[in-house]
Amino acid sequence: MIKMSARTDCSAKESAAIRGGAIILALVTVSFFIMILGHNPFSVYGSMIEGAFGTVYRITETLRKSIPLIIASLGIALAFRLKFWNIGAEGQIMTGAMGATFCALNFPDLPSWILLPMMAAASIICGGIWGAIPAYFRAKWRTNETIFTLMMNYVALKWLTYLQYGPWKDPAALGFPKIPGFSQNAVLPTVFGLHAGWIIAILLVIIMHLFINHTKRGYEISVVGGSENTGRYAGMNVKGIIIYTIFLSGGLCGLCGMIEASGVNRTLSVGITMGAGYTAIITSWLSSLKAPVIPVVCVLFAAMIQGGTFIQMAFQIPQSAAQILQGTILFFVLGSEFFIRYRISFIKNIKSEEGE
Amino acid sequence: MSSNFKAFCSEFKAFCFEFKALSSNFKAFCFEFKVPGYDFKAFCFKFKAFRIRGASSGGKLPSAKEIFAPFGGGALSLSKCAGASPGAMCQTAPACAVTNENNQSRGRAINGNEAIKMVNISKSFGDVKANDNISFSVNYGEIYALLGENGAGKSTLVNMLSGIYTPDSGDIYVHGKRLRLASPADSISSGIGMIHQHFKLVNVMTAMENIAIGQEHGFLFKKIKVKDKIEDICSRYGFRLEPEKLVRDMSVGEKQTVEILKVLYRGADILILDEPTAVLTPQETERLFDILVRMKEQGCAIIIITHKLHEVMEISDRVSVLRRGEVAGTVNTHETSPMELTSMMVGKKVTLSIERPPVKSDEIMLEVKDLSLVDRDGIKKLDSVSFGVRGGEILGVAGVAGSGQKELCESIQGLERRKRGEILFKGDNISHLTPRAIFEKGLRISFIPEDRLGMGLVPTMDLVDNVILKDYYLQKSIFLDREPARQRAEHIVKMLNVHTPSIYHPVNKLSGGNIQKVLLGREIDSRPDFLVTAYPTRGLDIGSAHLIYDELNRQKERGVGILYVGEDLNILLSLCDRIMVMFEGRIIGTVDAATATKEEIGLMMLGEISGGVKSND
Repeated sequence: MIKMSARTDCSAKESAAIRGGAIILALVTVSFFIMILGHNPFSVYGSMIEGAFGTVYRITETLRKSIPLIIASLGIALAFRLKFWNIGAEGQIMTGAMGATFCALNFPDLPSWILLPMMAAASIICGGIWGAIPAYFRAKWRTNETIFTLMMNYVALKWLTYLQYGPWKDPAALGFPKIPGFSQNAVLPTVFGLHAGWIIAILLVIIMHLFINHTKRGYEISVVGGSENTGRYAGMNVKGIIIYTIFLSGGLCGLCGMIEASGVNRTLSVGITMGAGYTAIITSWLSSLKAPVIPVVCVLFAAMIQGGTFIQMAFQIPQSAAQILQGTILFFVLGSEFFIRYRISFIKNIKSEEGE
Repeated sequence: MSSNFKAFCSEFKAFCFEFKALSSNFKAFCFEFKVPGYDFKAFCFKFKAFRIRGASSGGKLPSAKEIFAPFGGGALSLSKCAGASPGAMCQTAPACAVTNENNQSRGRAINGNEAIKMVNISKSFGDVKANDNISFSVNYGEIYALLGENGAGKSTLVNMLSGIYTPDSGDIYVHGKRLRLASPADSISSGIGMIHQHFKLVNVMTAMENIAIGQEHGFLFKKIKVKDKIEDICSRYGFRLEPEKLVRDMSVGEKQTVEILKVLYRGADILILDEPTAVLTPQETERLFDILVRMKEQGCAIIIITHKLHEVMEISDRVSVLRRGEVAGTVNTHETSPMELTSMMVGKKVTLSIERPPVKSDEIMLEVKDLSLVDRDGIKKLDSVSFGVRGGEILGVAGVAGSGQKELCESIQGLERRKRGEILFKGDNISHLTPRAIFEKGLRISFIPEDRLGMGLVPTMDLVDNVILKDYYLQKSIFLDREPARQRAEHIVKMLNVHTPSIYHPVNKLSGGNIQKVLLGREIDSRPDFLVTAYPTRGLDIGSAHLIYDELNRQKERGVGILYVGEDLNILLSLCDRIMVMFEGRIIGTVDAATATKEEIGLMMLGEISGGVKSND
């Protein structure tokens, strides 16, 4: 019989080895899959790397894909630190993008130094409110935030669809359901060949790191996340902390939506998130909610997505193969957490021994 | 165990939503598969057809048992670390042949053999010896009581019988055979039925379904057969039960009946009841005792864990008293007296001398008037509690666990919002203030809660971050300055001799005693006016405990009023000035620690003397 017992003595080295081993196992597992598809796994992995980092253009593309992941991961990590399982990033990105688009469509002629901050503010507020609604219900009535935030995603998606097919439909598009493109003033400037979102992302990583580790607010979040009762014991306003933290979390995701809409798409569409809200859950978890680690993990994930696109062309295998790789890595890494936290031992299953 | 379970749950939750993310990727994958012309649906369909063919060629559908068989081991050990969830437990529980096994054992019962014998059982958790060389045996047709204070090792002992723990050493004989009970399933199949204090029932199912859960292995639920069998058991032992009633609509007593029926249905003839009367009304208790007596007459062996003395006297045939993990004595109930049992329970010798400086002040520092508290479930936790504590006085609070001590402490600290009554601190009514409001008034009430890691400390944070917990918000800047906290953490480590690799070590990786020292150190370091401590030395070795008693005495000499909730009567008697005894949310009496005896307090704790000896203040 297998016996599990909790362990707390897992050293950093050991747990790194376990996680590393998990990634290798995942790669090996996917190799079999690639072989079934009739390709050499080594050359597929090799060209994935080449596809993600092979040329300046590819690197730019990879980084471009990593920006929404980084910002959304930061937002999610903030909520997760509070043990608030916010899986509503997807919806928060959409509502944020809607807020930004509202400004962009209504004030297209404002100079960009006014319009862009305005869009950013609108996106933060919209995304924040989208997050704060479930947070309020959780704080007040202990509703299940996982289900609530997830459902909010669909509500946001339907709103966005409604806007795209209804009030915000571009009259110039001859009936094609699309939202008009942003004016040049509403588009993020390009810095070093990449929209300025990367600067925002880097700044946010630094700010988040400082916020969590060196401010009183950040400290409160860690306390309440560590033990709600201890938070109450210390006299903290636990409900308030939950609500405003999730507002910030949603706000960050909202900002991510604004950057995508303004920097990449230059318009809004139902495909705005590209699944970033879900992928970011993975990346923030894999980076153990640590702000400085998030960009690294996100760039790797973006590389996997970018490389996946490349192998699609190079080997004629579906991009989904890369997604399988992503999923498998996640599966193994999460599975390995179990071995970090529990010790498995095998004991003999003797049901009865006759008396001697 | 429960904290493990919690951790596991949160991990599992986390895993679940990761899985969600994965599944969306999977959806995308399916979609992509369709694009190159591969029809995933067709594949699914084919797969289904294949399965049906496979099953029908086998001649019969695989039963639920076969499907679950491969998971059996895993689910079971999971239930072990997860506090034995009923579902998992039942899934793997083999169908105890009620008819055969029952008849066999009943046959033996007539012989008056030993149903259970435990020989030299020892079990330690870390440094704590929960059970030390315990031996006892229970005969068929006997009600055997295990009596002892909290933490005496009663639950550990029976948990080894129910397969939740395995002993470090020693042998267990069941029905005369030496067994190794490696899991609850082993225990159930050997005829041991455990009725836990906290019921393990599925609320949305009927009594019948709860009883039959995991027991019937056919594809269909044979309702009539199950019902007949339940009614048979009911009439044999005199239970009253509506099999179709939903568990959530049941009273506590009815739920307990279902629990008992569940183990009887599985063919248990050795019953273990963990504090069965703790949640029952007197009438329900009486009915339970009637049933237990009838079961005893039918030849069952019954072990009942309790700390209520009068129940032991009323129902048991023999009783073993446990004290600090050892058997303090085993006697025939009709040959003993409550007095003798009490003195066995609390022990004779005082371990080490503790100083007791005299109380200097006469001024009442904290006064509680008519404090009542009804909890969320409508159960009265505190019932018109009134008392006063002087500055420089240690008021001890004795009582069996769950007599309202926790609620009292949390009320004083401002954590309980549902209370009624007054709490006066130096004349100010603070009963409706939050902890921070009390703090901001300049009143320093320090609280050392019972569950240190659940409240009071943040387990995953290091010493420095935990030390700063209460006053971080007084800092002016939005940034947190950890330097003063670092110095204080170092001071606490030195002052109380905390064993830690560094002050940046997470507190949950420290040992229990050191965790307690960190908490006590922080609270004392804030120079409190009043100190509320709940079991501050629980789980500590004698040396550390005395360090803490000395520290409490130092605070006392500073003029701090102290409310000391304790469990060791020896300590209460030698450390405190007065001892207040709580029983079922009431104060049953207050005694002067200098003149009171342990027996006196012990009896009061068990609700034996109502009114008690009032101290003259």
